[in-house]
Amino acid sequence: MDFGSILTFTIEQAFGPLAIVYCLAAIGLNVHFGYTGLLNFGQAAFMAVGGYTMASFVAVFGLSLWLGLAVGVLMAVVLALLLGIPTLRLRADYLAIVTIAAAEIIRQTLGSVTFDRKFDFGGQDGLQSNFVADFRALNPLDGPISIGPISWRVNDAWVMIVGWALVAICCVVVWLLMRSPWGRVLKAIREDEDAVRSLGKNVYAYKMQALIVGGIFGAFAGFIYGFYKNAVIPTDYATDTTFYAFTVLLVGGAARVLGPVVGAVIVWGLLSGLGAFFTQAARNDVIPNWLMNDQQASLMRFIILGLALMLIMIFRPQGIFGDRKELAIDGR
Amino acid sequence: MSSSTASPTPRPPGRRGIVLGALVALLLAPLLALIALGAPSASAATAGAAPAGCQFPTSDDGAIHIQGCLRDQRTSPPTPVPDVKVSVTGPDGAVIGDAVTDANGIFDVALPGDPLSNLNKDFTIKIDTDTLPENAALRDPSQVELKVNFNTTNNYTVTFPIDEPLPDPPGKFIEGLQLLVGGIVFALLLAMASLGLSMIFGTTGLTNFAHGEMITFGALVGLWVDQLPGKISLPGIGNVTVIVGVLAAFVVGGIFGYVNDRALWRPLRHRGTGLIAMMIVSIGLSIFLRSVFQYLVGGNNKSYSQYSSVEPWSIGQILITPRDVAVVLVALAALIGVSLLLQYTRLGKATRAVADNPALAASSGINVERVIAAVWTVGGALAALSGVLLGITQGFNFQLGFKILLLVFAATVLGGLGTIWGAMLGALVIGAFVEVSTLWIPSELKYVGALVILILVLLVRPQGLLGRAQRIG
Repeated sequence: MDFGSILTFTIEQAFGPLAIVYCLAAIGLNVHFGYTGLLNFGQAAFMAVGGYTMASFVAVFGLSLWLGLAVGVLMAVVLALLLGIPTLRLRADYLAIVTIAAAEIIRQTLGSVTFDRKFDFGGQDGLQSNFVADFRALNPLDGPISIGPISWRVNDAWVMIVGWALVAICCVVVWLLMRSPWGRVLKAIREDEDAVRSLGKNVYAYKMQALIVGGIFGAFAGFIYGFYKNAVIPTDYATDTTFYAFTVLLVGGAARVLGPVVGAVIVWGLLSGLGAFFTQAARNDVIPNWLMNDQQASLMRFIILGLALMLIMIFRPQGIFGDRKELAIDGR
Repeated sequence: MSSSTASPTPRPPGRRGIVLGALVALLLAPLLALIALGAPSASAATAGAAPAGCQFPTSDDGAIHIQGCLRDQRTSPPTPVPDVKVSVTGPDGAVIGDAVTDANGIFDVALPGDPLSNLNKDFTIKIDTDTLPENAALRDPSQVELKVNFNTTNNYTVTFPIDEPLPDPPGKFIEGLQLLVGGIVFALLLAMASLGLSMIFGTTGLTNFAHGEMITFGALVGLWVDQLPGKISLPGIGNVTVIVGVLAAFVVGGIFGYVNDRALWRPLRHRGTGLIAMMIVSIGLSIFLRSVFQYLVGGNNKSYSQYSSVEPWSIGQILITPRDVAVVLVALAALIGVSLLLQYTRLGKATRAVADNPALAASSGINVERVIAAVWTVGGALAALSGVLLGITQGFNFQLGFKILLLVFAATVLGGLGTIWGAMLGALVIGAFVEVSTLWIPSELKYVGALVILILVLLVRPQGLLGRAQRIG
């Protein structure tokens, strides 16, 4: 067992590109769920729309990557409108079912052979041609970033610089929004929708605006995912992606500006660290092979993730930094 | 005061026993029908008619050879068809090689040029139908050209089957009926899962995202029984391993549902955990159980040792396997049985009362916790039964339930979340729609169609087909 390498890997992943992806997705969910109380289980759809728009602009239509980013944000707004119109009047459990269904509709359509035949979207393989070339061309780094034994490859490091800067900007935006009168209305909607309505606020419009803002953060997550992988693949935007983002949010603490950031670092770091730990333990026969083989070792982290999500929701629903008084998660 | 006076109409003694007995009989009869299928299933595999006697020439010139073997399939064994002209056209449309079949019906065209330069280019192989013998024709007369594209430099074999022309494809109507048959089988299995989900929602308010894992659990119990060493046989009937697996899944699934409630959900209810928090807990449980299932059985597709290939019966132009008939009967028996229980037994009536208004039910003396425990048990048993039958009809992997969970949701929402008859009706509509819609949309998108319906229903009639109109937003 090489605990040194497990620790380095954990730290590399905790601050690596995927942590940023889940952090941004969770910031969006924070606006939806943490502040407004909207149970959006379709965040993966916003990520998919962002990522696919960006990638297809270069790989399919041969246009500029930067234009793709702008249109990606626009598409996230359109998706929020389409998703919000039928669902935002519904109770939380209905909203959850519909958003999850919408996300699957989008993912299965984007990944279908039919869609590939018509628009060349690659089916289940997704878009894999080198569409981030323009982004990588801007990379000022000429080698990997290393701090002692910890090291990030040159492309990942560039994604991280941009990604964490984006996270910082998003956090500031969320902080400013939520201390504005607009944000106070959102929080009031979360606590008591009818009271807000009786004060003459258009609850539906506020919810829609919240869905759009959070959806744009979701599209940002899709961009960073695409930048990091240089590919957009339908399976990356499955239902589980939303669930992991929820775990990130709930571990860090919903309705806290920095909750998603802390949550992403902790969840993704622990998830990767546990993965590395069990893989090594199984390979070096610390855990006997009849009990756990290599493939099973890679599943341990998801077993623990599921357990952790249950336990945190039961025993500390406000997360690590949340305030139980501010956020009593409940419907009806 | 004796407890029997609480019932409005005094019940003749033993009536409950009769209902239960009828239920058991209902469940067992179709299983016996499945047993009858056990024996012939092994002989169902048919050996494909391999093109025997096609000895392709080998060469070491390094070029890619396009080879083929023309055989008249109308005779047995197939007879070679000589003297047929075949030509190969390059990517630019020019003919780059041709050949005539020899006495063995074999042709061989070597592609000119460097084999590597021929990779990833489109070549067209065309058969000259005028040179076919007088009485012979291609099985598919429109297929005189084949387009090929190489990514290795190996020789490439093409076939032009010579046979009686294929019978006309069945019309849309027949095709639709055939799909409807498959749709009904699927719909009934969906209905069992939806009924459990809807009852649990109705009595506890929980939207259980881990319901899919209860479905998968049933399929896994069946698999574990199947994998026990040796076969389970009954004298005079034969191998009943999978049947025992179905029964075991039903029973163990019920226990699993009860344990779910007892170990997790009941303590949470008593702690006063909110419904949304419980929903998220169920997501955690779903991820946990799904990963555990994958840990236990691995990621590949599984099927049971029996009934995986069954010779279908044909009714007119419609094909249906005896296996599917038995599955339908088992599912119907379970659904009708649960409906009767809900309609006529005290516990069933109490269940409907709790689903209607838990507080009122509790204040009128109904033991709500007991009802909820029963609902979880029945829901778990139905879900597991649905899972093991899905496993028999289409095979499964650790994601079986998770993949159809959204359809289960769609069915319950369509029928009206929390309603009992609505769940079944919704499942029938969704299940049949999923299959029949493949007449018009590609089958890979059939689930998408059902999910679109779900969203449209919520737009137009959010309370579902049979739900009572109430504020849900």
